[in-house]
Amino acid sequence: MTALVKLTDVSKFYGNIRALEGVSLEVHPGEITCVLGDNGAGKSTLIKIIAGLHQHDAGSFEIEGEETRLSSPREALDRGIATVYQDLAVVPLMPVWRNFFLGSEPTKGTGPFKRLDVEAMRETTRAELLRMGIDLRDVDQPIGTLSGGERQCVAIARAVYFGAKVLVLDEPTAALGVKQSGVVLKYVAAARDAGLGVVLITHNPHHAYLVGDRFVLLKRGSMAGSHTKSQIALDELTRQMAGGSELDQLSHELERAPVPDVIGGKPVDSAGDA
Amino acid sequence: MSTAVPADERLLTRSYLRRVLGRPELGAVVGAAAVFVFFSFVADSFLQASSLSTVLYASSTIGIMAVPVALLMIGGEFDLSTGVMVTTSALVSSMFSYQMTANVWVGVGVSLLATLAIGFFNGFMLTRTKLPSFIITLGTFLMLTGLNLGFTKLISGTVSTKTIGDMEGFESARALFASHLTIGGVDLQVTILWWLGLVALATWVLLRTRVGNWIFAVGGGADAARAVGVPVNKTKIGLYMAVAFCAWISGQHLLMSYDVVQSGEGVGNEFLYIIAAVIGGCLMTGGYGSAIGSAVGAFIFGMTSKGIVYAQWDPDWFKFFLGAMLLLATLLNAWVRKRAEATK
Repeated sequence: MTALVKLTDVSKFYGNIRALEGVSLEVHPGEITCVLGDNGAGKSTLIKIIAGLHQHDAGSFEIEGEETRLSSPREALDRGIATVYQDLAVVPLMPVWRNFFLGSEPTKGTGPFKRLDVEAMRETTRAELLRMGIDLRDVDQPIGTLSGGERQCVAIARAVYFGAKVLVLDEPTAALGVKQSGVVLKYVAAARDAGLGVVLITHNPHHAYLVGDRFVLLKRGSMAGSHTKSQIALDELTRQMAGGSELDQLSHELERAPVPDVIGGKPVDSAGDA
Repeated sequence: MSTAVPADERLLTRSYLRRVLGRPELGAVVGAAAVFVFFSFVADSFLQASSLSTVLYASSTIGIMAVPVALLMIGGEFDLSTGVMVTTSALVSSMFSYQMTANVWVGVGVSLLATLAIGFFNGFMLTRTKLPSFIITLGTFLMLTGLNLGFTKLISGTVSTKTIGDMEGFESARALFASHLTIGGVDLQVTILWWLGLVALATWVLLRTRVGNWIFAVGGGADAARAVGVPVNKTKIGLYMAVAFCAWISGQHLLMSYDVVQSGEGVGNEFLYIIAAVIGGCLMTGGYGSAIGSAVGAFIFGMTSKGIVYAQWDPDWFKFFLGAMLLLATLLNAWVRKRAEATK
């Protein structure tokens, strides 16, 4: 079976900075591929390549078996790759229904009378969100007034409605509470069950392990591991994610850290004398 | 899932009044009413039909430009070159017609192309360089100010253009851009029709077309808009060209009303357009506002500038009163909006 999206040894350089090197990843329909990594690991660069915001400098990027170089987010969308960003998924001041259709607005009428099909837009937004179980109070309210979880769900529902084959989610559960994260993960699973291929970027191995089928670990711009769910247990994933050997080193250093000689400009042993 | 959705208990019914209070132009309407009532009392002749027609004319000259400036501000950008762009547009059509001894309409057409090119330049530089629009259009403003004076002196030897009142096509051009209509015994300038037409068109575009959705989106969150496939750069360039188009209309009106153009005119007007848009409810940060609001803002300006004359106050104080009025109206606007948002 050909993967929906397949990256092989992809690299990206910004000037003399190596943002990403030799990263491989596969996304299959009905599966969730999790990309895990700490800050600065290259997760954002990876998404931007898949989303068409940046082009890769080396390696190959295949969409359904066809070698590709995306030139814009619009092209990625046309090829069925929808990206939901953590912070910039929506325009806060605009009503929910305008946000839902932003960039792909349905119109009716012809020539100078071509206009937005406002009624259909409102109705579809309400119905689509309800179908995903989101009980929205008012589609006319500015989307900025929704909670973070609700906003993510609107963005996911939007991507599903517009026939995305691949859904890229950037840290959908960061900055969310436990219950809200659960709600979002439920929609991610719903999207997977609908047959979409999902790329879930996160630095939370617990969330990743709950829903993920494949795990790609990034560290300082290169790939630190690639596993399927059967190959790895949560403990091991957490350990590798948290830095593995580095964490051992850190705890070692913390245990045996020598007492500093000077704290706050005063010698330590004279601090109690005054 | 059944189609009957039970009403959400969290959704409080917003009364019709509250809905109206949530409109961006509401503060401006209240401010306009206050200014209107004020001058009705202090200036005896203010309520006469002829005075109101003069007020409307003054409002329309600002309003024609305030409409695209409001759209541009909703799109998150400024244009400081608008005031002198109007003069440039008038100068181009006047001097081209005169020097080439062509039909006035040829000059008007050349001027349209030239003005649209300036708008395109603003938008193109902005989207290419990613510099703030304040800097880009400040540059254009200064360059146009210099070009207006320099070219006019070079070509006609003085600071104003030669009269084109006797040239072919002038009468028909004047009919379109600077004629008077008498409706019900009241003399109305044709610019009022241009103004109302532009307000209606802009409102339609803003609220009922894809482009309108994009304008709100590029101003409210350019990155989000780009990520969902909105052509952000094209939208912004289009907005600058809409500003240029309206500057062309204003410029032709300027030329056709007096048949000569002073090359130093227009400096400072850019702020009046911006102020009208802001009073009308446009956020300085973009993503929020309305075209109707800009019209109300322009109307406040018209009432203030003419009301002072009708009240027979010393016109030396005009700028002070104008500034105070604008500040008050904006404060009132902000206060009303806050109230409307706080109480559901």
